[in-house]
Amino acid sequence: MNKRKWPIALIALALLIAACGDTGAETTTTAGGGEETTTTAGGGEEPTTTAGAPAGETPYTELNAAMAGDYEGASVEIVAQWAPDGAEAESFDLALQPFRDATGIDVAFEPTVEYETALQVRVDGGNPPDLAQIAQPGKMAQYAEAGALINLSDWFNVEQLTADLCCGFVDLGSFDGSLYGVFYKTDVKSIVWYPIQGFADNGYVPPTTWEEMIALSDQIIADGNGNPWCISIESEAADGWVATDWMEDILLRTAPPEIYSQWYNHEIPFNHPEVLEAAEYMSQIWFTPDYAYGGNTYINATFIGNTQDPMFDPAGPQCWMQKQAAWIPGFWGENKDFTDPAEWPNQPGEDVGFFYFPTIEPEFGQPVLGAADMFVMFADRPEVRALLEYLATPEAAAPWIERGGFLAANKTVPTDSYSYPNDELAAMTAEATTFGFDASDLMPADVGAGTFWSGMVDWVAANGEGTEAIFQSIEDSWPTG
Amino acid sequence: MSEAVDVQAPVETGRRWTALRDVVIGAGVIFIIWLGLRVLRDPDAFSGMGPLAGKLVQALLALVLGIGGIWALFIVVNALVEHLPARIAVVIRPWVFVLPALAVVGLYLVYPAIRTIIQSFTDIPEGGGALSNYTDAFTDPAVQIALRNNVIWLLVAPMTAVVIGLAFAALADRVKHESLAKTFVFVPLAISMVGASVIWGFVYAWRVPGQPQVGAINAVIQFFGGEPIPFLFEIPINTFAMIVIMIWLQVGFAMVILSAAIKGVPVELTEAARIDGASELQNFFKILVPSIRGSIITVFTTVAIAVLKVFDIVFVLTGGNLKTEVVAVRMYDAMFRFRNFGQATAMAVILFVAVVPIMVINVRNLRKQGIGQ
Repeated sequence: MNKRKWPIALIALALLIAACGDTGAETTTTAGGGEETTTTAGGGEEPTTTAGAPAGETPYTELNAAMAGDYEGASVEIVAQWAPDGAEAESFDLALQPFRDATGIDVAFEPTVEYETALQVRVDGGNPPDLAQIAQPGKMAQYAEAGALINLSDWFNVEQLTADLCCGFVDLGSFDGSLYGVFYKTDVKSIVWYPIQGFADNGYVPPTTWEEMIALSDQIIADGNGNPWCISIESEAADGWVATDWMEDILLRTAPPEIYSQWYNHEIPFNHPEVLEAAEYMSQIWFTPDYAYGGNTYINATFIGNTQDPMFDPAGPQCWMQKQAAWIPGFWGENKDFTDPAEWPNQPGEDVGFFYFPTIEPEFGQPVLGAADMFVMFADRPEVRALLEYLATPEAAAPWIERGGFLAANKTVPTDSYSYPNDELAAMTAEATTFGFDASDLMPADVGAGTFWSGMVDWVAANGEGTEAIFQSIEDSWPTG
Repeated sequence: MSEAVDVQAPVETGRRWTALRDVVIGAGVIFIIWLGLRVLRDPDAFSGMGPLAGKLVQALLALVLGIGGIWALFIVVNALVEHLPARIAVVIRPWVFVLPALAVVGLYLVYPAIRTIIQSFTDIPEGGGALSNYTDAFTDPAVQIALRNNVIWLLVAPMTAVVIGLAFAALADRVKHESLAKTFVFVPLAISMVGASVIWGFVYAWRVPGQPQVGAINAVIQFFGGEPIPFLFEIPINTFAMIVIMIWLQVGFAMVILSAAIKGVPVELTEAARIDGASELQNFFKILVPSIRGSIITVFTTVAIAVLKVFDIVFVLTGGNLKTEVVAVRMYDAMFRFRNFGQATAMAVILFVAVVPIMVINVRNLRKQGIGQ
């Protein structure tokens, strides 16, 4: 009897373990969204009247009608990928509230899990929402080409939008010469995090040019302070995207913006000499001995959320600089109360700061690499138009800005209304001469979420050897259809 | 249920009555099932009971409706068949019981398989011929690596699993606590592939040399002064590291089947060999192994099929990076990441074609043993 129960108990235990294992295994990861364009923004455009405009005086027709109560009682459904029960979804819902209050339109916002698939299924099934958030211009183009989207050019005040949005977002929201997407939220990736106290103690200064950054790296090694760089790219099913961000950020600094857009549009080969030159710069930091903490194996084998762990070593920073977007502090205090300085002493802005990823060739100005979210329209009703117009105004950004973690695509939002780190990022974006939208998200997925990623992993595994062959193989993988 | 109990005189009317009654009952059953399905599909039907109670009631109803409904349907249809003339009823009755299963297999297996095959020839990039998905597949370096890796998996995993399983089965046969010993080897079989991959992900984990090693193997290596090995990030160790996981999972299965087969070998046979002076090794290779040849083939082919379809281990641990790609992961990527349905379906067909010969060997072998005639 006892003999028989043994195996059963063990199997039950194994099943339990297996069940536990299952939950941890499937995680989706997304890379940033991505495209570039030169900005029309010089800063001093004609002043717009939208900021703080009272009801009835916006530059948008349907919004004015809605504010006057014309569509009271109507309802609009809007969807977005911001995680249900998460702070972002809550913030966006708050941002919609003033519109609900002022117009009496019932705006239903449903954050969705498995967002991109869910949206695709609804569109395919002929049951799309009225408005939907999209992160990839390529995806927007796909829907527009399929005839699923409402063309905004016919009625939207595009002139106003062009004046208001930063970063060439009107072009990025257009397909075939017509506007389909209105950008709302943006993220900036061209920043490098560093320990403020550690820098001060050693007399290190945040570099402003590539040469200074290399000199600082050498200095850190010479001082015996460990390795200058924290780099890693392991990211579940999306290994390698961090490396593609580096490539893009460097290419924006070593080549004119036209090359960048020709590159993701495949008007020049993927392994164009300019791109190989950028790779050369990148390998200077990634593959120079002692530059990257733990060498190439650490880069490939370490999860992106743990990249910077050695920076917070109790014995002092073991690596000193990490290039990653503004969301990374969320990973620093893992399993700790991140907001409590007693428990987590590395408060962003006080203990850990960031500097602008320096320029390389001055003639290409001060580019930033980033991603952004837009809204597209599936149903053409006046109340839907009104909401889309509202989302283009700075008022729609204000509630989220107040809660933090938001950088508006609308550049008329006053920089001083932001809190750290978005105040600095907004200033950085405003000063930028070029906004490069994450190129890997603008390439066909076979490359941008396929061979570009895996090629970077191979490149790291080879410790920077065989660059030309690897970039050639990515070029060869570009779909012909 | 439908047998007319009345005798002789009003047989005809009695039969009609019961037939009518059964038709009405049948319609009622179908109506109740339809109603139940409607309630199940209504998202608001259980909202009044609160989130947990509502879900429980819903699950319970689905269970009752699913099992009870099928049961009731079979009885009703069977009763209706009874009313047909005897000659026809005899022909139809088996189909009543077989058809639902056939319909399910047809709808969920045969139809998608045919659709997949058709799509692999028709969903082609602009300007390509009917075979272009296949020519693309075989010229794509990533797919070539995937095919090569599937061959490596196929050469290493089934053979090793069978050898270890056989050795363990033969040895455990002579151990006192046989079932306990076998349980330890068998337990991994109960772990899902994904679970096993996560477990082995920790076993193989690598940290910077000198730092505390999280991975079991590297902790041991470092303890004895060695350099930690990045098992999953070094070509070609990574592929073999993952094959080890598959073997670990499959050895239990091999052992159980082979152990049963060994017990089925008549003792007289081995006794006779021993009396004739055969050594233990001779006994094993010349008597035991040939006697259980059929079981060995069954185990080998079953493991081989599992290996050809391998997906979870590679997907979880490396995602196919660093030359660890296998066909199934490639298929998933083409389908869900690149939305390239033509390429994905071609990959599925390639996998299907590769599995068929092994299936044929398996079925033939089973027939030889008198199973599945």
